[in-house]
Amino acid sequence: MKGQAHAPHRHDSALKHVTGQALYIDDIAEPPSTLHAALVSSPLASGRLRRLDLAPVTASPGVVAAFAAGDIPGHNNVAGPGKNEPLFAEERVEYLGQPLGIVVAHSLDAARAAAEHAVIDVEPTEAILDVATALARQSYVQAPSTVLRGDPDAAMKSAPHRITAEFSVGGQEHFYLEGQVAFALPGEDGDLVVHSSTQHPTEVQHVCAELLGYDFNRVTTVVRRLGGGFGGKESNASWIAGAAALAAAKTGRPVKLRLPRETDMLTTGKRHGFDYRYTVGFDDQGRVLALDAVLAADAGWSLDLTPGVVARAVTHVDNAYWLPHVRIVGYACRTNRQSNTAFRGFGGPQGVLVMEDAIDRIAHRLGRDANALRALNFYREGGDETPYGQTVDENHLPRCWAEARQMGEWDRRRAEVDAFNEANPVLKRGLGLFPLKFGISFNLPHMNQAGALVHVYTDGSIRLNHGGTEMGQGLFIKVAQVVAEVFKVDIDRIRPSATSTAEVPNTSPTAASTGSDLNGWAAWEAANTIKQRMVAFAAEHFGVAPADIAFADGTVRIAKPGSNQVLSFGELARLCWLGRVSLSATGYYKTPKIHWDGAAMRGRPFFYFSFGAAMAEVAIDTLTGESRVLRADLVQDCGASLNPAIDLGQIEGGFVQGQGWLTCEELWWDGQGRLRTIGPSTYKIPGSRDVPAAFNVRLLDNAPSREATIFRSKAVGEPPLLLATAVWTALKDAIAAATGRKTAVRLDAPATPERVLAAIERARTAAR
Amino acid sequence: MPAGLHERGGPITVVRMADRIRFVLNDQPVEIDGLSPMTTLLDWLREHRGLKGTKEGCAEGDCGACTVVLERPDGKHEAMNSCIALLGQIDGLVVRTVEGLQAAGGEPHPVQAAMADADATQCGFCTPGFVMTAYAFASGGESADPDTIHDALAGNLCRCTGYRPIVAAMTQVAGLPIEPPAIAAARTAAASFDDRFHAPRSLTELLALRAAHPDALLLAGATDLGLLASRSRKPPSAVIHLAYVPELTAVDETSKDVTIGAAVSYARATPPLAASFPALRPYLSRLGSRQIRTMGTLGGNIGTASPIGDMPPVLIALGARLKLVSPRGARELALESFFLDYRKTALAPDEVIENITVPKLEADEMFFCDKLSKRRDQDISTVAAGYRLAVEHGRVRRARLAFGGMAATPRRAEAVEAALVNDGFAAAARALAATFTPIDDWRGTAAYRLQAAQNLLRRLELRMASPAYALEVEAL
Repeated sequence: MKGQAHAPHRHDSALKHVTGQALYIDDIAEPPSTLHAALVSSPLASGRLRRLDLAPVTASPGVVAAFAAGDIPGHNNVAGPGKNEPLFAEERVEYLGQPLGIVVAHSLDAARAAAEHAVIDVEPTEAILDVATALARQSYVQAPSTVLRGDPDAAMKSAPHRITAEFSVGGQEHFYLEGQVAFALPGEDGDLVVHSSTQHPTEVQHVCAELLGYDFNRVTTVVRRLGGGFGGKESNASWIAGAAALAAAKTGRPVKLRLPRETDMLTTGKRHGFDYRYTVGFDDQGRVLALDAVLAADAGWSLDLTPGVVARAVTHVDNAYWLPHVRIVGYACRTNRQSNTAFRGFGGPQGVLVMEDAIDRIAHRLGRDANALRALNFYREGGDETPYGQTVDENHLPRCWAEARQMGEWDRRRAEVDAFNEANPVLKRGLGLFPLKFGISFNLPHMNQAGALVHVYTDGSIRLNHGGTEMGQGLFIKVAQVVAEVFKVDIDRIRPSATSTAEVPNTSPTAASTGSDLNGWAAWEAANTIKQRMVAFAAEHFGVAPADIAFADGTVRIAKPGSNQVLSFGELARLCWLGRVSLSATGYYKTPKIHWDGAAMRGRPFFYFSFGAAMAEVAIDTLTGESRVLRADLVQDCGASLNPAIDLGQIEGGFVQGQGWLTCEELWWDGQGRLRTIGPSTYKIPGSRDVPAAFNVRLLDNAPSREATIFRSKAVGEPPLLLATAVWTALKDAIAAATGRKTAVRLDAPATPERVLAAIERARTAAR
Repeated sequence: MPAGLHERGGPITVVRMADRIRFVLNDQPVEIDGLSPMTTLLDWLREHRGLKGTKEGCAEGDCGACTVVLERPDGKHEAMNSCIALLGQIDGLVVRTVEGLQAAGGEPHPVQAAMADADATQCGFCTPGFVMTAYAFASGGESADPDTIHDALAGNLCRCTGYRPIVAAMTQVAGLPIEPPAIAAARTAAASFDDRFHAPRSLTELLALRAAHPDALLLAGATDLGLLASRSRKPPSAVIHLAYVPELTAVDETSKDVTIGAAVSYARATPPLAASFPALRPYLSRLGSRQIRTMGTLGGNIGTASPIGDMPPVLIALGARLKLVSPRGARELALESFFLDYRKTALAPDEVIENITVPKLEADEMFFCDKLSKRRDQDISTVAAGYRLAVEHGRVRRARLAFGGMAATPRRAEAVEAALVNDGFAAAARALAATFTPIDDWRGTAAYRLQAAQNLLRRLELRMASPAYALEVEAL
């Protein structure tokens, strides 16, 4: 048998990927009448749109039509019902690059050339281009979110020691290799089929329908695969699809909108950059007594998914640590920049940095070992509650921590690194350890639901559909493994199919690491429904008890005294059909136990926690600020992994993505608010040489989930990205070594050579 | 020129059969009819040939999703970016795409199988590009050491895997026996496509075309100019392609110097340059990527006159001279005198750069260079620097120093040289601050550029002392 649950089966599309046969939206054959689209964009970051004249655009060669806000028959809103984020700006422009209209033409070149002929008259208004300015002006997209427990003011006052510090981290471009793209095909009555590279097919359906004034049942979203998502196609894909749908509905012709890389980077949201300021109170042993932290996120111009990002950030400040008295305030700052959005980790990576920074500073103040203080402050098993009221149980922190230290040979290498630093006046090496606790579930309980649709055909082949999207993370193979396990058939009998709102409706986005947790269970339910029908039929047909029927190795065994019978799975399927048994079923799952009070910021938002630990070694050049990650040792809790090969890929890839965010990936806006890092030539994601030269990854073994997750597996999409925090800690350690450990180190991220050098200079100045 | 005219014969004698672009694609001869020679190879593959395996990830030659392989007559396989290559450049070449790797029976090529077996694909969008890079690497007989593999992979970005399994697959396929192309394509006569894309075969033809088409852009490797067609979607109206002019593609070496034709690719220029100036080997490995170095040229890097080009600072420091030719004759010009202002050069409208001559080091001389960037591989320099020094008893007697990224043009720093020779490194660092007023941009602030450039002089001083400890993180 091949490809059962827990088998390290390779990605179902691997051979199609390597032979170039995997189809992405831009590869779909185009009907002859297809039109190609380009966007008209705002040239300014902030202003009043006095006039938008698309007549010169329409008059350009090859152009069929151009549309702006006034051409939208339904609501000019791409943020879902009840919100207000226009597809095309109406009276105000809110960021440089904001879409104002769309042009469709016979060729892509004609569309792109014509878009430049739009006459745009914007009366500039003052733009807010950074978080500090937004905070000063109380420019927010929502009211601040506060997590509060105990009496942080009193606890802080009575604490033997207090430290106040500030730092900041930048945002991050998703840089999915396949840019945003949608292909909308109108059919009878103007109904639409929309191929979208989206993580949220249902939202695409809703947005297209709302723009057009359609009932939802007139739009079908289809998603075979994404060429990478990482959160960047959770909400952003919707407006791109919506723009294509608008043009398709208005012209009655198929319309493809594929954003060129620079347009994609200029118009779509990114990971939120954060500014931090905190005060931590602690005792002589280094035990944290109180934390008072302010996290200010750069939301960009609109709400988008910022509420969720800020909620996850403030609920992840605690990370691995027990904080008895705590106040965490998350501000969502409105700036005239791209509207920041989901990105793998969804605020979690930004949240956990606070305590890592605080503990390094406490250790410096007390002259203690920072890692001993980390362990000292860990949550205890069973009893401790997070600041938002969830009990921390199934606590694998001590195990992960011990294993990462042992894998990385902390004690030996600490001595080795110190000796190196003693001998080399120019280069300094640094070590970092990081413990991880990450909450799994959407913070909003209602989103934690999923559906699946399974058909068994009379030859025993199985078609699988569910609400999750395949974006490279291996969701389709994992869910197929679940179904193979239910029917005890070879994985090759199962055909995963394109996600479609026509097959499984009302779905949640594939996000928050929940894809296999939710869809795996939904598919299990569907498959098990069919299986139980088959069992019931076979029991009656063969005159045996249901318990005498066993599915195994692609066969069905009927245990009958004196005459055991073995059928192939397909033979039984055919018998069921002849016996008029339905071989198609839907499955549905909702995550149990979770609840959340968004106003009080309390509850049990997470079904369970995922744990991990990482050790990283870096080297820095104290003359240039250049750095390199020399080694990483990671331990990640995947429960009883559904697919260790896929999970290993998620861990390695997530870590490197996190490393990029914290080191080389820098977004840079000029004084006018124009993003200037809009392609891989200017925005640098890690390359193969940047991966740790020694890169050891272990899945925490013998750790089946205590909660009833699908086959006791755990989510893996986001948590490993946070393990890269160890790189940031290691860089600070190297900088401390370069400056004689005389002061605590402030290192803003991304730690580009320039920021590393600045951190060294700052520490040297402070030490004088 | 509309296609088909020549088929009717008649008076249009200047249009020859040769004036269709011909090349070999996946073992099949191809003839392009009725398409602009400025069409990118990627657009042609995807939109006209219907081969969708090759992807557009960035349209600027940086991500490698569009990688295809050129199979040279000498058996060399070179990866290149199809997104910034113009069809006219492909004339006479042999090209393989991801669709041309599988065996007739459909089994995956060993390189494809190795990638799948190593779990080296996730979303799969970058994968065809990686597969083609791996194919070129595998057939080159190179060793599987990590440094070589990273060098080979520097032109391909993956956002999903973290590269570890890709590197593992590369290790598997190193040195794989791969058959040479079954069919050769060649063009020997000068060609002109569409009266817009001119590919002269001699210097005389080149100069005549330059005179006849003063507005035509000189096209070397298209690694910069190709972006007009790919990213800006505004291809030049006319170009003169330099790749087939023997005088511009010659490499010559004497006991005194190395001469590199202006249209010699970085890939070809590296061995002779690195042999004489070992510091240039790691430096050149950081210039673009293999895909870029397959096509890009020294002459192009100089001719575009970017203030952040990698080669001008090191070549100025080395004392390189340009040979400039025109119908009026030839002249020699020190490279440092070539750059007049931001993107302005001393090249006359009828002139071309024929070659670059780099004087070899004297017995008492040494040469070093540095490049600072956010990412080590395939990044544009924040600061680049070259240092040619004559040293006697540990003291610098003569120095030629040049910097990029520090001014509107790549510049020699005479005042810094003088301070170094007369008063040592600390004085040189002070002089550097007085010499340059760099700008703030996304690669770095002016303050960082100045400080880092000064610190590079400190690194240089340490290098000359040959300490027992490592001086660069890459050495660890």
